[in-house]
Amino acid sequence: MSKPDISLIAEALKEKFGNAIVTQEQLYDFPVFTIDKNKIFEVIRFLYDEEKFQFRFLTTLCGIHLPETEKPFAMMYQVHSLIHNIRIRFKALTTVDDLQFDSLTPLFSGANWMEREAFDFYGFRFKGHPNLTRILNVDDMDYFPMRKEYPVEDLTRYDKDDTMFGRKPGGYKKLN
Amino acid sequence: MKEIQNNLSDIKVAETPPGFEGPGFFATSLDRAVGLARKNSIWPLPFATSCCGIEFMATMASTYDLARFGSERLSFSPRQADLLMVMGTISKKMGTVLRHVYEQMAEPRWVLSVGACASSGGIFDSYPVLQGIDHIMPVDVYVPGCPPRPEQIIDGILNIQKLIQNESLRRRNSPEYKALLASYGIE
Repeated sequence: MSKPDISLIAEALKEKFGNAIVTQEQLYDFPVFTIDKNKIFEVIRFLYDEEKFQFRFLTTLCGIHLPETEKPFAMMYQVHSLIHNIRIRFKALTTVDDLQFDSLTPLFSGANWMEREAFDFYGFRFKGHPNLTRILNVDDMDYFPMRKEYPVEDLTRYDKDDTMFGRKPGGYKKLN
Repeated sequence: MKEIQNNLSDIKVAETPPGFEGPGFFATSLDRAVGLARKNSIWPLPFATSCCGIEFMATMASTYDLARFGSERLSFSPRQADLLMVMGTISKKMGTVLRHVYEQMAEPRWVLSVGACASSGGIFDSYPVLQGIDHIMPVDVYVPGCPPRPEQIIDGILNIQKLIQNESLRRRNSPEYKALLASYGIE
């Protein structure tokens, strides 16, 4: 079985999914496809099933929050064809009102905990996930801490009196 | 005979507490006698979660040798431990576990907070980390350092010993102590 070129994969995807493939780019040595968030499961299942490609390993997935952009939320998936040793990254952009994605757990058992992590830190929901609960943070946490609107610093500290050291709230200089 | 013993051995026995001595008897208060016994036989429960725990291992090992102070017997069951040594970063999720361990300890119990993280959250001023174990339990002695050297941990133990020796037998029944525990929501 010869190693398929990335352009071959792109062609197959465009033929099968058409407009669902929004952009294709090459970041360093990594092909990145931005795709419609509602088609993410079908695209990955197609690459999984297709005999020519066999992307049967999910390297990672995670949530992304890029505030002050048009679609600030995104899910990122990286799949690996172990037979051909090709990797592909997918991005699916969305807004805060539409964080529901299809779960990849029917395809990859390894998606289970990673999707729970994306839920835990960003609040993404995954349709079809068997147990979508917080995985790393305390169960009674009432916000999604990796969203940029929340401070990283812990809010239970009462010893941070900056009157002596000059740091004012919001008073620091932004770099560049 | 006594001189020979003194020359051969540098073993020191615990200092006699103040009291009345006469031929064949020695009288002191019960507080002091019990304090003396407790002080020199502390069973610590090491709760080591990060690098301070490594320093603690050095403290227990031959060079620093915590056994010199009567604390060589670690208790890994909270029910038999006298002293809870918290060494390392305590995340909020670990906080509930730590509190459970503390609640299982029998009175009288002491808590030694070793290192910046256990004492104040240290450099981890962020949402998952407990900003000091004194948010969930009363602490007797804090040891500063990131991580503290074994000498500092020994100093902390010696300070705990001072507290133990001078503690009144009625302290744990006092309304102040009950109010302290109640402020942490512990019965």
